[in-house]
Amino acid sequence: MPALYKKPSPPSDDKRWKIVETRMRRMGDKPAALIEALHAAQEAFGYLDEGALNYVGDTLGVPHSRVYGVATFYSFFTLKPQGEHTCVVCTGTACYINGAKEILARIERDLGVKPKQTTADNKLSVLTARCLGACSLAPAVIVDGEVAGKVIAGDLVARLEAM
Amino acid sequence: MSEQNAPARPVRRRATEEAHEGPTRAHAYVCEAASCMSLQAHDITLKLGEAAAAAGQSDVVVKRVGCMGLCAAGPLVQIPETGQLFSAVHPDNVEPIVAALKKVKPGVEKLPLGPFFEHQVRVVTENFGEVDPESLDDYLGRGGYEALQKVLSEMTSTEVREELTKSGLRGRGGAGYPTGLKWTTVAKAPGTQKYVICNADEGDPGAFMDRSVLESDPFRVLEGMAIAAFAVHATEGYIYCRAEYPLAVARLRSAIRQAQRAGFLGQGIADTSFTFDVQIRLGAGAFVCGEETALIASVEGKRGTPRPRPPYPAVEGLFGCPTLINNVESFASVPSILRKGSEWYSAIGTGKSKGTKVFALAGRIVNTGLVEVPMGMTLREIVFDMGGGIIDGRPFKAVQTGGPSGGCIPAQFLDMQMTYESLIEVGSFMGSGGLIVMDDTSCMVDVAKYFMDFCRDESCGKCVPCRVGTTQMWMLLDKITRGNADLIDLAQLERLAGVVQKMSLCGLGQGAPNPIFSTLRYFRDEYMAHIEERRCPAGVCEFDTAEVPA
Repeated sequence: MPALYKKPSPPSDDKRWKIVETRMRRMGDKPAALIEALHAAQEAFGYLDEGALNYVGDTLGVPHSRVYGVATFYSFFTLKPQGEHTCVVCTGTACYINGAKEILARIERDLGVKPKQTTADNKLSVLTARCLGACSLAPAVIVDGEVAGKVIAGDLVARLEAM
Repeated sequence: MSEQNAPARPVRRRATEEAHEGPTRAHAYVCEAASCMSLQAHDITLKLGEAAAAAGQSDVVVKRVGCMGLCAAGPLVQIPETGQLFSAVHPDNVEPIVAALKKVKPGVEKLPLGPFFEHQVRVVTENFGEVDPESLDDYLGRGGYEALQKVLSEMTSTEVREELTKSGLRGRGGAGYPTGLKWTTVAKAPGTQKYVICNADEGDPGAFMDRSVLESDPFRVLEGMAIAAFAVHATEGYIYCRAEYPLAVARLRSAIRQAQRAGFLGQGIADTSFTFDVQIRLGAGAFVCGEETALIASVEGKRGTPRPRPPYPAVEGLFGCPTLINNVESFASVPSILRKGSEWYSAIGTGKSKGTKVFALAGRIVNTGLVEVPMGMTLREIVFDMGGGIIDGRPFKAVQTGGPSGGCIPAQFLDMQMTYESLIEVGSFMGSGGLIVMDDTSCMVDVAKYFMDFCRDESCGKCVPCRVGTTQMWMLLDKITRGNADLIDLAQLERLAGVVQKMSLCGLGQGAPNPIFSTLRYFRDEYMAHIEERRCPAGVCEFDTAEVPA
């Protein structure tokens, strides 16, 4: 009997798809693996495009609409490519009362980007986080994956401009 | 695995390269929890090892440990023999520590550590700053897994549940539901497949206790979960952890691997027939997933939207099976309770709130960090004696507890005992244990608006009162902080807050109006100043320039 089910193939022959594939297979290619698979894809590619969403959905047997629903529900997932550098500003309570608002205002004034935006030259994406749990370092930011604490708005902007 | 998730490399090192046979004379413990790590604590470990070796101190061990609690003064290095604590250490300046290590002699007296450390009662955090979080041997050396072995060899599951019920432990996630009762419900629920879930989705801004527990003593959580699984007859467990905590996830992964290898997880644990294994599920930045039914949906790979209860997860949870969900801190309390007995535990704390609670101190306070205190300690002791008071000696205004569903406690309640009941009485709630201290530079209307903005953004959108109500309440608060509101707006805000509280589906919506209620109760004068005088007493709010027509 010919096989009725054909395992979907990745959108491209990029090697990073192997990581995504393995993560899904380890969880039995079941629908419950959806969020883990999206994490794997975003870790590998930096963001989730339509090809990635459809591939993950087809492999796990989840309708495309539901994959899109999940990917847009969780703020950790992004469907747009990020700039070369990222700056995440923590807006948790401790950071808020210690001046996170001023940091964001300063970035917007001097660099012209609002949260969730990327500069026109695609250099810098500015994001906000709910709470990094680094409250003792308030106000805290993450620049390219590194946490910096007790941030002074002017210094941060100078550092970002120099990148 | 991205670079950020990669576990930190060297575990510990003798000061010299050649193995030293003799006894160790002195230790240097370097705090490598997230806060100190972001200030190059790992480089300190490396540099200190090199410097000590260069000074010919072969009988010194440099070890990384978990959070020492006093995060404000980080990075921290401690010499446990003398109790000396070095704060704000820089990797290029480790000589004073090396010099101090040289002077350590056996039998030397310990220095007093000050009220921040001495007023603490450590149960959950007993291994913090003592064990290497990635070393199972260290954990075993401090009595780790004794409780699980005792449970598996000497007790029945009923006895375990009874012991826990007698201890009086209540859920440390915020609501304070009796843990023993929850375990009994799950154990008695019909069904052969049952699950245990550890809720590590610490979403409350300003709370970082769970992160510290996972980073500093991950084996304790795994042991607690295994005991729980035995008590409720579960064979599979999940830890639902925030993706924002890469170090905690890396240390958990390492701990799970080691526990599996040593036979504390997997099939036939500790040479018995008991089987239990744990998997990690990463959150993806949705606050609502801290609600248990939303969390279950998320573990199942779905959108994290809550559903009405009953049926409670204890009866119908993950994949439709009975599921036990407890918070990190609750699980972390379990091994100590079973090792030392319920009587020992219930002797700590007050009437209905037993045991200890870990609080995260943050905001405008000198000693930001982590403290574990017996239930019933007063707020004044925590904020002023242990926390060192307010930055720059400014006047104390309020403490915010319970995150976006909690409330503010003003100065007149500083001498109140911190228990589940007393906090509810004053219109706040325990929450996960974040205490955010505010001084006169914080405007309480602005704070209420901040939390409403949070809830508006994090509302999952499933039920109307929460989805629409939080946005409307935010708009009214925004109007007040811009100086465009009148008393009718204020009345409408209060009415709406009541509707959202009563009609919402889950805790997020039901709790969302709490910051409004509590700031109105204690700081109504600030609201009135904004509305009637177009004045912000704290000088935070910027008013629209156009005068409102009279």
